[in-house]
Amino acid sequence: MSTSNIELPAWIEILLIPILNILMALFFAGLIIFAIGENPIDAVRIMLNGAFGYDEGVGYTLYYTTNFIFTGLAVAIAFHARLFNIGGEGQAYIAGLGVGLAFLALDGVLPAFLLIPIGILAAALFGALWALIPAWLQAYRGSHIVITTIMFNFIASSLMVYLLVNVLIKPGSMSPETREFTEQSWLPFMHEVLGIFGIEVTRTPLNVSFILALVCCLLVWIYIWKTRWGYALRTAGQSEAAAIYAGIKPKRIIIITMSISGALAGLVAVNEIMGVHHRVILNFTAGYGFTGIAVALMGRNHPVGIIMASLLFGVLYQGGAELAFEMPKITREMVVAIQGLIILFSGALALMLRPVIVKIWLAIKPVPSAMQHG
Amino acid sequence: MQHQQAKGEGKGLPLSSTPPPDYLASDTNPPGDQSLAIELRKISKRFGSVQANKDIDLKVERGTIHGIVGENGAGKSTLMSILYGFYQADKGEILINGKPAKIKSSRDAISAGIGMVHQHFMLVDTFSVLENVILGAEQSAMLKASEENAREALQQLSDEYQMSVPLDAPVGDLPVGQQQRTEILKALYRNAEILILDEPTGVLTPQEADQLFRVLQALKDRGVTIILITHKLREIMDVTDNVSVLRLGEIVATQRTADTSTTELAELMVGRKLQTQQFKKVDNPGGENGIAVHNLTVTDDRGLTRVDNVSFEVKRGEIVGIAGVAGNGQSTLLEVLAGIQSPDTGSFTINNHQANANSPITPKEMREIGVQHVPEDRLRLGLVKSFTAAESSVLGYQNRKRFNWRMFLNIRSIRAACKKLMQAFDVRPPDPKLRSSSFSGGNQQKLILARELDKSPSVLLVGQPTRGVDIGAIELIHQKIIEIRDANCAVLLVSVELDEIMTLSDRILVMFEGRIVGTMKGGEADKTTLGLMMANALDDAA
Repeated sequence: MSTSNIELPAWIEILLIPILNILMALFFAGLIIFAIGENPIDAVRIMLNGAFGYDEGVGYTLYYTTNFIFTGLAVAIAFHARLFNIGGEGQAYIAGLGVGLAFLALDGVLPAFLLIPIGILAAALFGALWALIPAWLQAYRGSHIVITTIMFNFIASSLMVYLLVNVLIKPGSMSPETREFTEQSWLPFMHEVLGIFGIEVTRTPLNVSFILALVCCLLVWIYIWKTRWGYALRTAGQSEAAAIYAGIKPKRIIIITMSISGALAGLVAVNEIMGVHHRVILNFTAGYGFTGIAVALMGRNHPVGIIMASLLFGVLYQGGAELAFEMPKITREMVVAIQGLIILFSGALALMLRPVIVKIWLAIKPVPSAMQHG
Repeated sequence: MQHQQAKGEGKGLPLSSTPPPDYLASDTNPPGDQSLAIELRKISKRFGSVQANKDIDLKVERGTIHGIVGENGAGKSTLMSILYGFYQADKGEILINGKPAKIKSSRDAISAGIGMVHQHFMLVDTFSVLENVILGAEQSAMLKASEENAREALQQLSDEYQMSVPLDAPVGDLPVGQQQRTEILKALYRNAEILILDEPTGVLTPQEADQLFRVLQALKDRGVTIILITHKLREIMDVTDNVSVLRLGEIVATQRTADTSTTELAELMVGRKLQTQQFKKVDNPGGENGIAVHNLTVTDDRGLTRVDNVSFEVKRGEIVGIAGVAGNGQSTLLEVLAGIQSPDTGSFTINNHQANANSPITPKEMREIGVQHVPEDRLRLGLVKSFTAAESSVLGYQNRKRFNWRMFLNIRSIRAACKKLMQAFDVRPPDPKLRSSSFSGGNQQKLILARELDKSPSVLLVGQPTRGVDIGAIELIHQKIIEIRDANCAVLLVSVELDEIMTLSDRILVMFEGRIVGTMKGGEADKTTLGLMMANALDDAA
């Protein structure tokens, strides 16, 4: 008998199952660590300590988290319209181009209070445009959006290499990157902001785009569940026929949703370019777009879940780096394997435990609620 | 009602009943009665908190036709799925020909001599009848030999039971009645001595249904035992020897068909007295046209003509029913009039707005000009299963001012409005926060009807208003449709249930292969003539 349509209480669905999935992943990761002769408990301790143990670690963890929130939200909002946006990586990359073009043209001219909004808008706009092409192809030509968004990642990558090597490169430089932007265009670092309030923390790449990410979570939540546009989006995602019946145009939903999705992915460029590098460099997206898929899956496409999943991946990135440093036997590649296990268990195998839990729940459920059968 | 009772039952249920009766221990089993083809003893099945079957005792005598009736969700399908090995019973036992049988899969069921004809045929459209029959019962790696054997056996079978089917024709090209025969042949070819038919006449014209019943009679005369699951009580009265009534998962009565009546069966099914519905027919309504269709033709994506040069009118204050076997263009017609599809040629005027291929009216505009649509497929179109009832209750009206505040949906006013709809149409349970999919079919339908009728339509398009709806809810739905007609609304009704068409319609149009092949006044319509029209065979019969 199928258990997929049996409802579970929210706390099981949102908390218990993801936690169990992570524990299973950690168990298998522990086996690997044990097999190479290290102590798994120590490894976890080092990881957690690296991620949360001191203020620099926390800063790095939250800096990574910021990127994952943006790309996770991008995947999630598309998913609610039943669109699989695999192109977050490319959209973020092209968004970096948007920021670069805007700042190369304007950074000596305009003051910070204009430059920064322009930079954010340019990132969102370029990300949206890069998502818009696959969206249009899906809506009006029937090209499958999974395929087109994947291919657009490659196109974005090649395009950026070409532009950085041949066009945007700083004159006289050997390294394929733009010149550094003037300081008016830099986003304030968190250690600077906190410094104003007299809180001294170590210098980290964490910048105010972390707050932007949290604001985006709230906005996405409101958009999907509290507005008529989100209603239309969810209707189209659940049933195209019902959407047409309700006077909603599914093609328009595809275009609008993918634009929002691309814009959210594009905000990675705000964190990376405006917040940290202050120039456009090669491969600044570093796989955040792809990890966003796992983040969204794990966060059940809900902003709160996405914040938690992003935090987890932030811990894995930062704590993992620490682990590779502290335990020489555990290489950088090993850390990637552990991340892979977590993605496997909480993404691809996310529902593996569910039937079992449904059975247990049905057996111990206090008062049977009335349900229709048929 | 069903809801609350299910709840009440659920509570007393979990393992709190008395220790298992001793016949469950196999050594003390009472011997099975040899004259029974099937005996079910205390079959129980529970899905989560829902008791789908509870202590079912059923005896089916060999060589009889045994009817099983019950409302949707009464547990008929679950019971048959247990018998056919799709589900395992939680407890109880099955005896076939007096011997205990373990049926763990449909393979077990087939080898025990049970064959099943599903409501939706399990056939491969592009395969021939012969290929479909041997599918899964091939005797060798190469098909040739199996086919030759099967051809001979099938020829014998179809001669014996007067069921001629072209063995080499692709199944997809055959009429539905012959597809059903293919299913029956399939079962017989596997030596089925017990045949289960699940709602076999849902897709047949009355004439095809009669042919089916003749075949069933012939099978019975040769000693085949038949279980007929249906919600059409007239069929039960016509063809069965015995009948069992299921209600809320339990058998409430098993009787000789000769000793009962449709009224009694209906009351047993619902569990209360029913009023017979008689509505006054409107003859020649004087009003203006609500809908006027001129030479409308619609082709689908594959280039097939779905609606073929159709013209008709629906006056205000009149219900026009479109009868026809499913798939003869009624659904397309309804969707075109609702603005969901656009016509290829021809035009129509609906509530004084004209539409054709070049200037279509969208579903959104339809709602604004007072054309409301209760869609045929309520689960796919009428509501969104994962939405709450409140959310589904504004589907299509989500942009209306009263449901919004600035950029936000006004959840509170949506819930309040939903609650009001639920009270007006007796939707149970009246809880706007419950998921749409948790309601029974009848209650979903009442919610959709409430949503559309609440907007006081001047033209109402209704498709299959009571498909899959419990008898109790049918009364109310019919009542509401009549009320809106009496409020001077033009109503176009599409239904495959002839009884429903005849009960509600003031005028009846019959569609066959996209064309309107007959018209009758509602007060003068009779089933035979309509049935012949539905098969486009009126002239042949005359």
